Amino acid sequence: MSLEIKNLHARVASTGAEILRGLNLTIEKGKVHAIMGPNGSGKSTLSKVLGGHPDYEVTEGEVLLDGVNVLGMAPDERSRAGVFLAFQYPMEIPGVSNANFIRAALQARLPEGEELEATDYYARLYEKMDMLEMDRKFTARSVNEGFSGGEKKRNEILQMLMLEPKYAILDETDSGLDIDALKIVSNGVNAMRSPERGFLVITHYQRLLDYIVPDVVHVLVGGRIEHTGGKELALELEAKGYDWIKDDIAAAASA
Amino acid sequence: MSAVLESPAAPSLSAAKTEKFVMTSGPDFHSHPTYFRERQQAAWEKFTQLPMPARTDETWRFADVKALDLSPFHRAQELGEAERSALLFRSTGLAETSGRMVFGNDRLLAQEFHGDSLRAKGVLWLPIEQAIATQREIIEKHFMREGAILGSQKFAALHESQVRNGTFLYVPRGVEIALPVECFHWSQGEGSAIFPHTIVIAEANSKVTLVDYFGSACDEPGLSVGANDIIVGDGAKVTYVAVQQFNTKSLAFRINNTVVARDAAALALVLNLGGRYVRSEAISHLRGPGGRSDMLSISATEGTQIVDQRTLQIHEAPNTASDLLYKNSLNDQSRAIFTGLIRVEPDAHKTDAYQKVRNLLLTDEAEANSAPGLEIEADDVRCTHGATSGQVDIEELFYLLSRGIPLRSAQRLVVFGFLNEVTERLPNEAICELLRDRLHAKLG
Repeated sequence: MSLEIKNLHARVASTGAEILRGLNLTIEKGKVHAIMGPNGSGKSTLSKVLGGHPDYEVTEGEVLLDGVNVLGMAPDERSRAGVFLAFQYPMEIPGVSNANFIRAALQARLPEGEELEATDYYARLYEKMDMLEMDRKFTARSVNEGFSGGEKKRNEILQMLMLEPKYAILDETDSGLDIDALKIVSNGVNAMRSPERGFLVITHYQRLLDYIVPDVVHVLVGGRIEHTGGKELALELEAKGYDWIKDDIAAAASA
Repeated sequence: MSAVLESPAAPSLSAAKTEKFVMTSGPDFHSHPTYFRERQQAAWEKFTQLPMPARTDETWRFADVKALDLSPFHRAQELGEAERSALLFRSTGLAETSGRMVFGNDRLLAQEFHGDSLRAKGVLWLPIEQAIATQREIIEKHFMREGAILGSQKFAALHESQVRNGTFLYVPRGVEIALPVECFHWSQGEGSAIFPHTIVIAEANSKVTLVDYFGSACDEPGLSVGANDIIVGDGAKVTYVAVQQFNTKSLAFRINNTVVARDAAALALVLNLGGRYVRSEAISHLRGPGGRSDMLSISATEGTQIVDQRTLQIHEAPNTASDLLYKNSLNDQSRAIFTGLIRVEPDAHKTDAYQKVRNLLLTDEAEANSAPGLEIEADDVRCTHGATSGQVDIEELFYLLSRGIPLRSAQRLVVFGFLNEVTERLPNEAICELLRDRLHAKLG
């Protein structure tokens, strides 16, 4: 059981610029994969393409969720099939309370005609919020509106905890977090680690990986995975930067 | 203006077309006291003399004046016993109120006191019919004394000449009524015309909340020509909420005058969900220093509905504040029209006035025309105004979709949130909840 990305090519729909150029990656259940890479390597594009954002077009390749191709699915179907995307920049939805938003997402997973039980829902919501040290006032506040950067990221993790996806893709979840918030968010993610769930952690900095320790680290350069290693690779990248990988690619190309 | 009457092509109200409204005939006609009937007679003459609005009138800019044909309508008839009980049954609003009045075709069907707050300390809560008969002094002082200065003089005259009933609420000095007062106004029968009036007089340092509900009891076209007088005394607080749910074949006019005295506060919120063509004129007179008026409106339209709103914030005294926020979500081929003016008179220094209109266009065929305006004659004022029209934000939508919420629900949620921001300005959670429920029901 895995989320399998095969030879994925994707471009920006409006300009035609190709961003992902034959990306291969398999995230097994129970594993945490990290993707690191320099700016512009396609990290955020990958998360948006996996989520089905209309700004991008897939021109080649497959994404199989436990064997089922998700590329033909609408964004909401992908979510219900078990893919979760934690946004780098979570959107504000004015006038819609956080509690009603998460409730609508859970309601969408129930069979037609079945209503979410309110008491159980709030009990679970409060339990997860306590885990993330989120004040109860965030249930009534509009989704992400006026939240600080750290509060928005906690709110992403809260949604993940509530929706219990099969595969979670965390896009730069560490950006904008101070060290305390980083620990809290990481605890939330670690609490979700299980043999039934796979993670793809996209990050620019090694710091996050001290708290969410990955099983595998990949380096994304120019829209392709160019290097794969264990968790120590993250430290190596932190120390040496990305240039040595770029040099390797150049050397391989000229050889 | 008189050219309209002379033009045979214009939709003028000829005698033949309006005879259904002639007030002196008909077996069911009510008998207000002479002083009031004289006023009504004069209003009727004014109505027959004034021309129908013309496309070229500035106050009817953007409007389709052809929609104003009154000829299919007649005075609403008295209802039968079964109809009356059905309407009483349908008149459900808030769980807790201090009283409820129900009108069907301008006849009082019920008046209920919940608890003692409305009977205590000299509060007068009466059907207007009764107030006209027993409270002449107050009626003469306050009933339609401010005039319909935003274009509907003719409809105001029609209302005055035809008014039969509505709610009269007089709150004496210092009396605070904690729970809202509710009033239901139903129209029933094809071509039925009703003329609901609401008059609230809050004396110094009193406090009251009134909720008006307007609805059609049938699917046939009706006409409502209503008016409000909201008089807020020194230091008093009045919250007025109107929930308009006429059927989408009906024509509705509402002329609202709010007068705010020294250190007083008025907050009005109108929820427009129904009507084929709805014209609302809202005027806030900031008459005493330190007064404040919040003017809020939510309209959710679909099909070919038209909501036509004209507003005026008149700052007549220094240190006054007004804040207008109107939000419209427009589906299908529906339209929203808005023209608004903030006027700051020469002595009204330190005025703080805001005017904001936001339209959410859900289709390419929906249309919004907004014309905000300022007219400032004082120094040292802070006034801002603006109108925006836009579509649902793709990124907001994608965020909701990415959580598994299906497209239609996601769109509804964004629209709901957009409109719900207005209800959040209301300091009464129970009423907010009611407005949200009605909005949810309309948005599907």
